[in-house]
Amino acid sequence: MAELSVNHLLGIKYITAADIDLIFKTADHFKEVINRPIKKVPSLRDITIANLFFENSTRTKLSFELAEKRLSADVINFSAAASSVKKGETLIDTVNNILSMKVDMVVMRHPNPGAGVFLSKHIKASIVNAGDGAHEHPTQALLDSYSIRERLGEVAGKNVVIVGDILHSRVALSNIYALKLQGANVKVCGPKTLIPKYIESLGVEVELDLRKALEWCDVANMLRVQNERMDISYFPSTREYTQQYGVNKEILESLDKEIVIMHPGPINRGVEITSDVADSGQAIILDQVQNGVAVRMAVIYLLASKIQ
Amino acid sequence: MSQKVLLNATEVNITLNRLVCQLIENHDTFEDTVLIGIQPRGIYLADRIKKMLIEDYGLENIKLGYLDITFYRDDFRRSEKTLEANKTKIDFVVEDKKVVFIDDVLYTGRSINAALTAVQSFGRPQEVELLCLIDRRFSRHLPIQPDYRGRQVDAINNEKVKVSWVENEGEDSVYVINS
Repeated sequence: MAELSVNHLLGIKYITAADIDLIFKTADHFKEVINRPIKKVPSLRDITIANLFFENSTRTKLSFELAEKRLSADVINFSAAASSVKKGETLIDTVNNILSMKVDMVVMRHPNPGAGVFLSKHIKASIVNAGDGAHEHPTQALLDSYSIRERLGEVAGKNVVIVGDILHSRVALSNIYALKLQGANVKVCGPKTLIPKYIESLGVEVELDLRKALEWCDVANMLRVQNERMDISYFPSTREYTQQYGVNKEILESLDKEIVIMHPGPINRGVEITSDVADSGQAIILDQVQNGVAVRMAVIYLLASKIQ
Repeated sequence: MSQKVLLNATEVNITLNRLVCQLIENHDTFEDTVLIGIQPRGIYLADRIKKMLIEDYGLENIKLGYLDITFYRDDFRRSEKTLEANKTKIDFVVEDKKVVFIDDVLYTGRSINAALTAVQSFGRPQEVELLCLIDRRFSRHLPIQPDYRGRQVDAINNEKVKVSWVENEGEDSVYVINS
């Protein structure tokens, strides 16, 4: 049968449309598994996975750990805050020390873009990128597309707008790659200061007016303003940002169709999205979280099957 | 490659009728019994048996599910190709029920071993039985035997037993293929 074209999941940039299709079909089966009375399968009982989080994470880390445990893999966790990284150890040394304990797969989040690619060239283990700086977050993009496919039937031909802090977002870049690969039309929307200069080269359009963007789209993926990555001021005030780029019930009700609202989390309620929208039937935010486990199970299962 | 017919359409029909009658002998109205076809090939036999129980023998409320065993197999990363999953569809409770596994060919017994593990995800059955159309004896890796057996075959290891169904291959037949 078909298998993935890659041995690591470093970014959506490196995989094909057929890979995405295979991951989604496999995720369908795992979604059925995680809704059983006993939500666990023994497939990966001889695989050990290290979750290396050099940057904070709640949902992604929990989601990966749950996916690994549902597949019966052995899991070890590491977070940079409580490690020898603080004592000056290099990334390769840290990871090689962990791998010498016979680890088969590494799930890594790192603040530096390209950390996963760098690591894949120096160590012998399958690597899953769980976010590298403002570069890529492939599993998030896969679960976003999977959620769109689940709600709307397919991704191809759909109009998707990504709203907010595009400049600092790895979710935006991975989503753009994934959506374009599957044949969706993509626009980005946000303050001009938060939109990268050459974003059109990725085949997406820029729309500075939120209302026009929402009128055009089938799906709006709302991103958080990443204050922690901002060294200068990109817009006058949060209040002004909310007025121009925040989605609320009034603006959604004034549209002539019902669009799907997504958010990768964590939500800043009242900033990019109001509570009544986040908790409404139009929002599939919690479906995204559930699908995250199934999609990550599929990615880990398919990569693990290629380990010699 | 040569192949010989082990069972033709008439013989398949006679065997199926016997198997269905044996099931009725043991399970009466099928009130506490559920049938589970093992993916991928067992589901055709399971569908056929359900159809015969309803249409030919007038039974009602036959519960049939499909069980995929891919994620429970013991050859993950040992086979050359990635194992592809099929759909599991069990929309009834297995707890305290009499479960009948249905598969077309019983060979090494490893699939049934995996199925025994897999079915536990849906509850604790009262008992589990196994029905198979073809039993390849002398090739078992595990101590697993069928409770209902269509035909026993002494095929050797490089021979393949292929079961065809009207629904997908256009005819009911069983071949032994020598490659």
